[in-house]
Amino acid sequence: MRQILLSHGGGGKETQKLIKDLFFKYFSNPILEKMEDSAVLEINSKIAFTTDSFTVYPIFFKGGDIGKLAIAGTVNDLTVMGAKPLYLSCSFIIEEGFPIEYLEKILTSMSKEMEKSQVKIVTGDTKIVPKGFADGIFINTTGIGKVIYEGISAQNLEEGDCIVISGTVGDHGACIMAQREGMEMDSNIESDCESLWDMVEKVINSGVKIKAMRDPTRGGLSAVLNEWALSSNVEIEVEEDKIPVKPEVQGLCELLGFEPYTLANEGKIVFCVDKKDVEKLLTVLKNHQKGKDATFIGKVISKGKPVVILKSPYGTRRVMEFPSGELLPRIC
Amino acid sequence: MSKVDFLKDFRDSKRIKAISEIIYKEADRSINIMEICGGHTHTIMKYGLSQILPPFINFIHGPGCPVCVMPKERIDHAISLVQDEKNILVVLGDMIRVPGSESSLAKERAKGKNVKVIYSPFDAIKIAKENPQKNVIYFAIGFETTTPMTASLVNFTIKDQIKNLFFHVNHVLVPPPIRAIMDSKEAKIDAFIGPSHVSVITGAKIYDDIVKSYGTPVVVSGFEPVDVMESILRIVRQFKERRREVEIQYTRAVNFEGNVKAQQLIDKYFTTRENFRWRGIGDIPYSGLKLKEEFSYLDAEIVFRDILPSKQVDDHKLCICGDILKGIAKPYDCKVFAKACTPENPLGACMVSSEGACAAYYKYGKLELTL
Repeated sequence: MRQILLSHGGGGKETQKLIKDLFFKYFSNPILEKMEDSAVLEINSKIAFTTDSFTVYPIFFKGGDIGKLAIAGTVNDLTVMGAKPLYLSCSFIIEEGFPIEYLEKILTSMSKEMEKSQVKIVTGDTKIVPKGFADGIFINTTGIGKVIYEGISAQNLEEGDCIVISGTVGDHGACIMAQREGMEMDSNIESDCESLWDMVEKVINSGVKIKAMRDPTRGGLSAVLNEWALSSNVEIEVEEDKIPVKPEVQGLCELLGFEPYTLANEGKIVFCVDKKDVEKLLTVLKNHQKGKDATFIGKVISKGKPVVILKSPYGTRRVMEFPSGELLPRIC
Repeated sequence: MSKVDFLKDFRDSKRIKAISEIIYKEADRSINIMEICGGHTHTIMKYGLSQILPPFINFIHGPGCPVCVMPKERIDHAISLVQDEKNILVVLGDMIRVPGSESSLAKERAKGKNVKVIYSPFDAIKIAKENPQKNVIYFAIGFETTTPMTASLVNFTIKDQIKNLFFHVNHVLVPPPIRAIMDSKEAKIDAFIGPSHVSVITGAKIYDDIVKSYGTPVVVSGFEPVDVMESILRIVRQFKERRREVEIQYTRAVNFEGNVKAQQLIDKYFTTRENFRWRGIGDIPYSGLKLKEEFSYLDAEIVFRDILPSKQVDDHKLCICGDILKGIAKPYDCKVFAKACTPENPLGACMVSSEGACAAYYKYGKLELTL
């Protein structure tokens, strides 16, 4: 099997060959192919700008791989700021000896994922490190998006506002956990890893007023709601039995003692909207394939005390805590 | 009859509410119930069961968390073992976070020492076979529930003639600490909720003597909220009807005799120690297990005795885990709870394990603190 060698990162002939034969094959576009020291972009509007590094292990998992995640993750970070994703940078850190076949598989899925939201990689870099200095492959992507919807903020929550989640929680975290080394578990849990711009664009175009919007990645639903409660100084009450969870994800959580709402998602969005917009939001989401399991899960019930409460169907209440401690190393 | 759903049916809100109403109707006296197992503490806190029970039903959290009751010197043993590069220590779950006198296994692992966390005891065999030049030491913990797995691992090690797998045995028993707590008379306990998984192995019979000696009802209970609520109702009824007996609520997996095969396997390889020092509670005679003498060539405490420290180490001065494990204090009574002692930075054992009472209060009970 052909492998990545240190010479591929030396800046000479081998580097050029790797770029032209492999990266251009999957990422080709006029800006990238100019091969200048930086990409020159023209955007006549407010822009959103974000960066994220991806170190997930295993690099290939059910429902995706590190490449798909590197695109979807950054696209979604732009998306939740109301920005249409336009351009990405992409840096690879690859360990010597990494199979080129794997790299090609990763590039293929990156290219496919970019098509979904019409985003382009316009600049990039590759570093090869000696064996043992990295674990296979790490990817960083940085993204620029054009802000088409302004005013989204974690500080916007007010009494009476409603919380909606676009689908089942914990799929990505549970998928990675089940496939981790040592678990040897036969599991059909698929990651929900997915770019969500097309779904959110529909919500924006529908006229629903989005007060806050977040993709609940590491820390899951619980981290997002706790951050909102803190930023807006409000109490959020969530009805525990309304949080959508796939039975197989719940099963894994039972086995390992986790709560699905602290596990990572890579293809979900939490919305906060005014009460009058809830029905419309749910209709738009449910009409979209990625939002078919969208559910209204809770409300902002008072001001002045930043806390998230889980309410049981039999009337007891408890705190939905901020996740902490070592849960899942390197899940994204 | 429709099929029973082992999750949904036992978390069903209608059933929980209905049992709550019956308890309100029938309960006529204050009852201090010790739930022995950390799993039950979690169910009570997670599902907020105290909020739907009469205020005079009081829970006292027991010593049934194997990680919590492990004294620091046992952790120091594990840490000493991994200082030698030839040794690989294999351990389950959150044991790696428990602080010993100066370090924890997690910190040692970060330093590059050979500490491996596994999900199934049998993974130890794979590790031993993959590392024939190393000594692989399985740090065995747990109550009667997990002992058969260790016994089975010992069995396999002998049969398969694996020469490089050793056992550091920290298995403990449920009835001795209950007797120690009752005999000390420090905590006022009227009844017990018995851990179900222990009784899957031992049967409910192990509590017969407890009921006879102390006149306290024992109900062996499942871990779902409906299970715990029903067990409380059964305790209430025993008092009302002036009965004192062992009852099995968790009939879907527990009977009186238990798993006899598993018991035989345990008896084949293990015998009781003359003494085991419990964190917080102190010395309890015949409360722990060790390998029988004929298998001492597998016993890490004997094979590696030259490098194992023998010093006893006490808990942090401000930590009241001992009192919590004995049932005479609650986590909120502790001065350092949620301040100097948190799950991220645990001072005491009850905060370390996710099954510990302090961890449960920290995780689910903050509501009471914030209101």
